[in-house]
Amino acid sequence: MPLQSLDITRRSATTTASPHQRQTAEVAKLIDVSKCIGCKACQVACMEWNDVRDEIGSNAGVLDNPPDLSGASWTVMRYSEVEPEPGKLEWLIRKDGCMHCTDPGCLKACPAPGAIIQYSNGIVDFHEENCIGCGYCITGCPFNIPRISKKDGKVYKCTLCSDRIAVGLEPACIKACPTGSLVFGTKEDMKQHAADRIVDLNRRGYPNAGLYDPPGVGGTHVMYVLQHADRPNLYHGLPKDPAISPMVALWKGVTKPLMSLGIGLAVLAGFFHYVKAGPNEVEEEETEK
Amino acid sequence: MASLAPTFGRGAMTNHWVDIKNANVIVVMGGNAAEAHPCGFKWVTEAKAHNQAKFIVIDPRFTRSAALADIYVPIRTGTDIAFLGGVINYLLSHDKIQHEYVKAYTNAALIVNEGYKFEDGLFSGYDAPTHKYDRSSWVYEMGTDGYAKIDETFQHPRCVLNLLKQHYARYTPEVVANITGTPKEQFLQVCEILATTAVPTLTTTFMYALGWTQHSVGSQMIRAAAMVQLLLGNVGMPGGGINALRGHSNIQGLTDLGLLSNLLPGYLTLAADKETDYQAYLDKRTSKPLRPNQFNYWSNYPKFHVSLMKAWWGDKATKENNWCYDYLPKMDMGYDILRHFELMNQGKMNGYFCQGFNPLASIPNKQKLIAGLSKLKFLVVIDPLATDTSCFWENHGEYNDVDSAKIMTEVIRLPSSCFAEENGSLTNSGRWLQWHWKGQEPPGEAMDDAAIIANIFLRLRELYRKEGGAFPDPILNLTWPYKIPDAPSAEELAMEYNGKALADLTDPKDPTKVILKAGQQVDGYGQLKDDGTTASGCWLFSGSFTEKGNMMARRDNSDPSGLGNTLNWAFAWPANRRILYNRASADPTGKPWDPNRRLVWWDGTKWTGVDVPDFKADSAPSEGMSPFIMQAEGLGRLFALDNMAEGPFPEHYEPFETPIGTNPLHPKVVSNPAARVFKGDFEQFGKTDKFPYAGTTYRLTEHFHYWTKHARLAAITQPEQFVEIGEELAKEKGIKAGDMVKVSSNRGQIKAKAVVTKRIKPLQVDGKTIHHVGVPIHWGFKGIAKPGYLANTLTPVVGDANSQTPEFKSFLVNVEKV
Amino acid sequence: MSSETNLVQRHDTNERINHWVLAITFILLALSGLALFHPAFFFLTNLFGGGTWSRILHPFIGVVMFLSFLGMAAKVWKDNHITGADREWARHFGEILANRAKNLPEIGKYNLGQKYVFWVLVYAIPILLVTGVIIWQPYFTPAFPINLVRFAVLIHALAAFIAIIAIIIHIYAAIWTRGSIRAMTRGTVTVAWAKHHHPAWYKEVSKEVKQ
Repeated sequence: MPLQSLDITRRSATTTASPHQRQTAEVAKLIDVSKCIGCKACQVACMEWNDVRDEIGSNAGVLDNPPDLSGASWTVMRYSEVEPEPGKLEWLIRKDGCMHCTDPGCLKACPAPGAIIQYSNGIVDFHEENCIGCGYCITGCPFNIPRISKKDGKVYKCTLCSDRIAVGLEPACIKACPTGSLVFGTKEDMKQHAADRIVDLNRRGYPNAGLYDPPGVGGTHVMYVLQHADRPNLYHGLPKDPAISPMVALWKGVTKPLMSLGIGLAVLAGFFHYVKAGPNEVEEEETEK
Repeated sequence: MASLAPTFGRGAMTNHWVDIKNANVIVVMGGNAAEAHPCGFKWVTEAKAHNQAKFIVIDPRFTRSAALADIYVPIRTGTDIAFLGGVINYLLSHDKIQHEYVKAYTNAALIVNEGYKFEDGLFSGYDAPTHKYDRSSWVYEMGTDGYAKIDETFQHPRCVLNLLKQHYARYTPEVVANITGTPKEQFLQVCEILATTAVPTLTTTFMYALGWTQHSVGSQMIRAAAMVQLLLGNVGMPGGGINALRGHSNIQGLTDLGLLSNLLPGYLTLAADKETDYQAYLDKRTSKPLRPNQFNYWSNYPKFHVSLMKAWWGDKATKENNWCYDYLPKMDMGYDILRHFELMNQGKMNGYFCQGFNPLASIPNKQKLIAGLSKLKFLVVIDPLATDTSCFWENHGEYNDVDSAKIMTEVIRLPSSCFAEENGSLTNSGRWLQWHWKGQEPPGEAMDDAAIIANIFLRLRELYRKEGGAFPDPILNLTWPYKIPDAPSAEELAMEYNGKALADLTDPKDPTKVILKAGQQVDGYGQLKDDGTTASGCWLFSGSFTEKGNMMARRDNSDPSGLGNTLNWAFAWPANRRILYNRASADPTGKPWDPNRRLVWWDGTKWTGVDVPDFKADSAPSEGMSPFIMQAEGLGRLFALDNMAEGPFPEHYEPFETPIGTNPLHPKVVSNPAARVFKGDFEQFGKTDKFPYAGTTYRLTEHFHYWTKHARLAAITQPEQFVEIGEELAKEKGIKAGDMVKVSSNRGQIKAKAVVTKRIKPLQVDGKTIHHVGVPIHWGFKGIAKPGYLANTLTPVVGDANSQTPEFKSFLVNVEKV
Repeated sequence: MSSETNLVQRHDTNERINHWVLAITFILLALSGLALFHPAFFFLTNLFGGGTWSRILHPFIGVVMFLSFLGMAAKVWKDNHITGADREWARHFGEILANRAKNLPEIGKYNLGQKYVFWVLVYAIPILLVTGVIIWQPYFTPAFPINLVRFAVLIHALAAFIAIIAIIIHIYAAIWTRGSIRAMTRGTVTVAWAKHHHPAWYKEVSKEVKQ
């Protein structure tokens, strides 16, 4: 629900300005993969706070469960057994969920006015009461996050607990994280926190440790500290240089006004042609022949 | 617990959770703190982030703890003593011990009795037919002054240090690698890192849990680590110690309150059958100092025992009737859980009360358990959940295939409240008693456990009153002072444990000054008396509920030292001490070893510091009192004397189901010679011909034992039973991830999904390739998670020789694709 | 056909019904499609009971349109081959637009403009169907790789744009060319209309009648 209705930077399918008299500081969730023990407390906290329950599924030969994001699972742990150097096993555990892009592909693709909203604090929020269930946001998302619920056909994803943040609380997952892998604050503070962590990781033999805040989507409001920031793909296929797909950019970019204009021009051309040339009538003598 | 008390004096985590942040090296071995103790594990990440700590994980599996480790080292299950013995050998042979500490604070210099020997895998005094040791030679050589002899020059061949060197000289890196399967380079890497903390200013901490206790030599594994810590001078230090991580929010409280069959509250012990004389009972337990000027705290045993008897039988307990000593049961043998089911199967135990416990899932060999429970006349289950045990008679197809019609046991289920539905305290691993408050009323007819027991007691007493009986006095005379007799409150019980004055107590130095009036709560166990003027239900908890109120309910987390010793947060036994043996954090002159981690010190007139000194407060360093005050010689014991069933030094013995079929150190003595194996159970041990793989059971972070299969959220995050096997074994067996597989032992079989992983690698052991098969335990036939098999269908009935904790961690299995 | 009434039969009843099914579904699809294409047109979702109903109905209408088009295409396929006369007609296109055309070649049942509309639709509608299925939530999309779905939404929009332009021309041509609309409402055109616009076709049908 729109709890910060004066802080809106952007709304989907809306061409005029959104109410943004009030400006708030940019926030961010920082996920330190090097501190994550994959306990899934964040998954449970997410289900509890948002009062959603996924189904009791089955085991597919991995520890990941629920196996994927869904209408009721807005965050899941992704476990990757990798050997970045031959013979050196690492078990990278990444909390997956909405990245809250500065340039959100979902919002760009959404045709329903006000179904996707970006607040000035950076949160990208779905307002499901406006969602029409077309799934265009899924095509827009470079991180493969939104999921259509089987229950109601609406699309769901992490809200970054916009309802909690609006009243000065941290997101539920942050509250539940036992190891300090998840931290939350202003984006500036989180970058500083990450910088400290990267120093520690560098010292521990991870020269390529770094912050994942991909510029291709204008930066994100969920960021990762990665041991191997040069190879984000190791982390269950985290994209290296994510950006809104050029196809989506084209579709929801220039084509939108150009085609609308084209259609309008076609109608107008006909009208003025008629005004100028008049109807194409068959002459009477011809009829009598 | 059966190893820490013989070594240090008390059977508990030496330090506490928050203190782990002060460590420089953290070793998780025999445990998986990240998965089993995720909340406490935060202090590991703190130590890494803010103390630059190195983090080492030693485990057969690359666990979620290992995911965060700087160094992960694989090891074959059940071979931890070989590994740690190798570490001891490394430290001694490379001279990487903290000399001053070892000399002053351990029994390294004491001289051992001439009769002590170790040959071919056996210590002196072994009696093969009974599988028991005569331990009389495992003692110090006593001087004419009545004290143990000492050689501070370490020249005497039988001083503990020399015997230690001799014992572990066999544990060379090659021998270690051959037994454990740990590559030699990795073993040495761990040794080198541990050795860096032999200096006074750096500490290692060990964190372990059931990965050590659940072996037939579990207590000795823990002892081996405790010895490493003594050699490194890490006991009593902030960021040091041996940290037993309890698997249950209040299991520390269970042992503290004496809920094991051989214990009374506060680690007082029950008398044996023959101990009919009260004074002899006390004398045996009231230790005499083994070195001069020692505190020898167990000399206070009579004070604690008399106070306990006064708490239980009040005015009826008098000096004349030996404080009702005759009311206490006397043991003919240990009644541990394995024995219970053996006796049920023999038809000698006919009724069973099962409170907050699901033995059908928690004790090995489910088939034997079902047979035992089926022979009972009645079974009473007190639990908030419909446990598997309470439904053992129900047929659940392949998961519990019993013939209900043939089971005559009457099962009575008494629904109890959950922890969140009652007031009370929980005692965590770090010995903190933390009060908690009722969140909501229990549902339906459920009552809290105290009310259930009270109701049973009151009815029982009424029957005794009406009908008499062989000896009704202990029941009829029990004090029952609760305001609402059938619902004693948690506060009333807590006050009873703390204890109170029964008469006015005066200051020993000034008899005119009254310290406590009759009826007032005592301030601590120092005020308890052996003359019947005080009562205390558990001396160890004295100080937790005083005249100042409920100390356990305190919530001030201020931490002036920054070391995390929040003395005004809850209450820690003993006497609100946060780090046990903290006297040892200062050098013999009373100055902290590490100027940056000052815990306690001698200020010229008394001991003081940022923790409650674990010492006689006015004993100046010059008096020579040693820091391990619960021990008769005041020293940390590298040599355990006669306190361990299978020997004073830990020796590597193979699991009873060993994948290599021999013990490379001494082929004639393969497994623990002092372990108790019941007839019938021995025959059910499997061999490698049919069961070639090393099975091990464990817990997952998503679940808590067999409870959370009843909880929807936990069931969602890990819904279905699985086993873990390595990629190499999977390939050999044609198993793909997600396939259904059958895992079988000589006692039964389970079916589960296969998780195929890089995290379990085959190990090279004694010329063979050993594969591990991991069996998480959380599924059963009751609950809302997908039904599964109880994992203890597979496990063997043999326990640690000291604690009888079952060997769940090492057994033999086979795996086949279904 | 009856010379008494001066009328020539151009489309039979089935053809006319099918044409109007096609026309109505196309309009509905264009309106609901545009509604989801650009916020400026989102108000059009009100015609369908709101955004969600627009999203639900659009693909089903699309299937109806495709079947309808399939029927029509089968019927008129052979009349839409482009001939030499068509090419000659194209050279006079400017004069035709200006209503000054003289000496036009003898055009058959459909002129080149009509044929172009036909061929555009022959390509566009199957493309719309295939891409439409790919982006049809929630039934089919999850089965396709995300990049294909992204490609499909773009192509769907482009194909729809081209089809809409073609249909605008088609509609305008029908309005502009007086006497055409009755061919699809009543099925007949006047003889004069037939002789003027489609002389070759007229010759053919009058021959048929004479025989």
